[in-house]
Amino acid sequence: MQAFEYVAATSVTQAVSLLKERGEQARVLSGGTDLLVQLKEGRRYASLLIDIKPIPEVNELSYSPETGLRIGAAVPCFHLSNQAAIRQAYPGLIDAVALIGGVQIQGRATLGGNLSNASPAADSIPALIVHHAVCDIAGPAGRRELAVERFCTAPGKNALDVGEFLVAIRVPPPPAHFGAAYLRFIPRNEMDIAVVGAAASVTLNKQGDIILSGRIALGAVAPTPLLAEEAGAALAGRPADAEMIEQVARIAQHAARPITDMRGTAAQRKHLAYVLTRRVLEHAIERARTTT
Amino acid sequence: MSGENQSVEQPTYRVVGTRPIRPDGVDKVTGRAIFGADVRLSGMLYGRVLRSPHAHARIKSIDTSAAEALPGVKAVITGRDFPDPQNKVAASGEGTVNLRSLAHNCIARDKVLYFGHAVAAVAATTPNLAEEALKLIRVEYEPLPVVLDVLEAMRPDAPLLHEDLRTNEMGQRSERPSNVANHTRHERGDVEKAFAEAAVVVEREFRTSMVHQGYIEPQNGTVLWNADGQISVWCSTQAPFDERSQIAEILDVPVSKIKLTPAEIGGGFGGKLSVYLEPLAAMLSKKAGHKPVQMVMNRAEVLAATGPTSGSCIRVKMGADRNGCIVAAQAWMAYEAGAFPGSPVDAGAGVIFAPYRIPNVRIDAYDVVVNKPRAGAYRAPGGTNAAFASESVIDELAEQLGIDPLEFRILNGAKEGDRRADGPVYRRIGFIEAAQAAQAHPHYSAPLAPSRLDPTGKNPAIKRGRGVAAGFWFNWGGKSSAWASLNPDGTVSLIEGSPDIGGSRASIAMQLAESLGVRFEDVKPAVVDTDSVGYNDATGGSRVTFGTGWVAYRLGQKLKQQLKERAALLWDVSPEQVQVEAGMFSCNGHRITIQELAAKMHETGGPIVAGDTFESEEYGPGFGVHIVDLEVDTETGKVQILRYTAAQDVGRAIHPSYVEGQLQGGVAQGIGWALNEEYVYDADGHLLNASFLDYRIPTALDLPMIDTVLVEVPNPGHPYGVRGVGETPIVPPAGAVANAIYHATGVRMTTLPMSPARILEALGKV
Repeated sequence: MQAFEYVAATSVTQAVSLLKERGEQARVLSGGTDLLVQLKEGRRYASLLIDIKPIPEVNELSYSPETGLRIGAAVPCFHLSNQAAIRQAYPGLIDAVALIGGVQIQGRATLGGNLSNASPAADSIPALIVHHAVCDIAGPAGRRELAVERFCTAPGKNALDVGEFLVAIRVPPPPAHFGAAYLRFIPRNEMDIAVVGAAASVTLNKQGDIILSGRIALGAVAPTPLLAEEAGAALAGRPADAEMIEQVARIAQHAARPITDMRGTAAQRKHLAYVLTRRVLEHAIERARTTT
Repeated sequence: MSGENQSVEQPTYRVVGTRPIRPDGVDKVTGRAIFGADVRLSGMLYGRVLRSPHAHARIKSIDTSAAEALPGVKAVITGRDFPDPQNKVAASGEGTVNLRSLAHNCIARDKVLYFGHAVAAVAATTPNLAEEALKLIRVEYEPLPVVLDVLEAMRPDAPLLHEDLRTNEMGQRSERPSNVANHTRHERGDVEKAFAEAAVVVEREFRTSMVHQGYIEPQNGTVLWNADGQISVWCSTQAPFDERSQIAEILDVPVSKIKLTPAEIGGGFGGKLSVYLEPLAAMLSKKAGHKPVQMVMNRAEVLAATGPTSGSCIRVKMGADRNGCIVAAQAWMAYEAGAFPGSPVDAGAGVIFAPYRIPNVRIDAYDVVVNKPRAGAYRAPGGTNAAFASESVIDELAEQLGIDPLEFRILNGAKEGDRRADGPVYRRIGFIEAAQAAQAHPHYSAPLAPSRLDPTGKNPAIKRGRGVAAGFWFNWGGKSSAWASLNPDGTVSLIEGSPDIGGSRASIAMQLAESLGVRFEDVKPAVVDTDSVGYNDATGGSRVTFGTGWVAYRLGQKLKQQLKERAALLWDVSPEQVQVEAGMFSCNGHRITIQELAAKMHETGGPIVAGDTFESEEYGPGFGVHIVDLEVDTETGKVQILRYTAAQDVGRAIHPSYVEGQLQGGVAQGIGWALNEEYVYDADGHLLNASFLDYRIPTALDLPMIDTVLVEVPNPGHPYGVRGVGETPIVPPAGAVANAIYHATGVRMTTLPMSPARILEALGKV
């Protein structure tokens, strides 16, 4: 492991100017549960770590039914699942967050880091996508927003330009009769990276039998977490029944373009994309029916 | 002799069979125990190893000059710094080791033979500096064709790992070079005739992947090669004396120059019977000007470059008559030895049909080198692979005959006087008793719901099944030495040389306490270095509670005899007249306790000390019978274990909690092996899953509480009837799980691990 410099940034401006100055040599440190391991194992290199935890804005977690949820990039996962109102409003996100590491890791790991790390198998990203989450990005040219589904560009690569970093994730408030869920497949019951992950969200009509709109997103079946747009489109206006679920699951499966690696085969992943979409969609519908 | 317990009068024990707190418990739970990586010496340097990125390549050159020039680097070594030992065989655990292979495995000479093979090593003032220095070593390789699969390696046109390797073909040395190091055959009766006459014959081929022991503590070694030529070694080992000899041979120094201190050990399971880092640390120490050097592997190194157990290909054919008697069995077994000969295939051949009485048998066993790490011992080495194959076939035979699978095993079960397929005749064994205990267990008669609905509630996707399987291990005795000395307060210091990997400090001290007639708490056991106690065979082969226990029993008897003499002296009677009962000595109305005698020892002739060494040539064969309930999600291929019961003939459980722990631990590892553990290589032989993230041992959430049934059929070869218990329980799980998967889904799995991807494939879902 190489030595590196460490700077505790106290403002967004300071972090941006350091990032701009040092370019590829600099990396943002949030919880560090991915980054420090990668540096130790020689899988990433950095001569400067910019710790953003001292910046007040990136530590803010706020939620209101009117404006939705804002998650500062350095907010540990544990804070999210610890608040009943957030658990209620964003069930798919909470499913995913609860899977990221054990108790100690959840006290340190952040959603911002999980997203910026841009793993194709990241548990939180498909869930963020089906909740319509948006990235709040700071950079030399000021602030910009980007939908989460457009944030990851390749395994381990994201859409941030030199000098930019993720300040917060904004998740809009859910409409009425909304439900969401995330499911992943792992060979054990813990301590694994998703072989396939699937998230679904639906908004039902008042009677709870027709889907007004919805989204399906998949993890670990493409170079980036995937918004299955055709599958989502196929949900709109359809009765929430077994036939629809089967069809949508097949459409989602079609969107999956997995590889074979030591965690699973391409054929297995393709098959699981179908099974998990079916199961997660069923789950999201159940939840939508039980919310007001 | 026959019947129940022949070796001792029907006993009522005071200590044996109780569950005292282990002497090493407090230090372990408070973190005070000193493990190898906790050793700190003044001026200590840190060593790191440069490992081969190729699975098979010729080393053309190594340039270490840039690494040597880095400030803080104190020594750099390569294979050239070491003498080249002869092809000489030495003891290693229950088996043997070729010292030249071992030396070349510790550090490559002309060729690297597997991904991760050590090529050079550096000692520097900090671990990070040593790591950075490795990047400055330039190695020029000429990559060679790679062979990873055991069957491909056996082909005559396969790439050769060792140009000088010839097959030992049933005692004859073959002429052509080959990757097949050895072929052994065990044969009895006429299998062809018996198969032709059998009412039912089942034949299948099974494959298993290379798997690792997964001990939590990585290999480590701290060595000071002093200026006077004395070498001190601290390391994590099951075999202090064997490893001392290995280091001596690899360094070409007299064995007496080396003192090896076994540190506390964080798991071994057979994986710590031979050296990896110690000779490198020694050579670095010498080259760095006699500074101590510490080397600790990381997890990736442990997985890539220590000794896992063999992957294998096993073909089993068994036939039975109409009455359900097994009439013939045949096995063809080929095991991957890794880069150097020495797979546990012969042990596998001993295990494969061991529980059964079979008149006609043929077993062919092949030891085959491939470009993977040199196989080490792993808990019942070779046994799990073998029983997975035979127990699957037996299950199928029972099914075809319409006989309950446990009933079928009991019907064909081996008893005292029966001859094992690979030769020896059994003395008193408890296979039948273990199988009957499983049969009588409430688990076996509990109803099992056939399936439950999947989370959508629409498909009966989750199927349940129950499976059973049996297993066997040899359980040798070996050689042990120990000392015991009486303290003035009547307690006993026990000095032993068997590293404690499974609660043996307690189980050995308990046997001394029982034998002498003192309380367990009055015996203070210590495991010491190789200069401070006589020779001990390795802690391996489930031998310590049995073999070292024998010595503890004899020490107790010897101390007791001396105490009788002291009492006789006090009372002016002959020692034979003195009676002893539970630590109380008496004669003609005189009574004196051990404590009182101890207090008087300096008035009655001085210190009371006993030393002893003993070799038990007996084995204590152990049999286990397991029952598992599980469910298979037929849409994802995932298996969840619901209930598990392990019944085993344990001879005599000295400390039942630790015996139960051994059974549970063996089952946990066996389930991991059955379901998810495997070495995943790419086509070029790079290990892809060298971490505990992707080498998937079971977590606490993957296993139910494992029930145990301790069946006690005393071993006639031991004063308390002890049989080794640690290895048998890893033998049945893979077969039991495979049989349960079949009964759940109707599909026979013939490849380990039975991972979700493989199950989906077998179910025709992908």
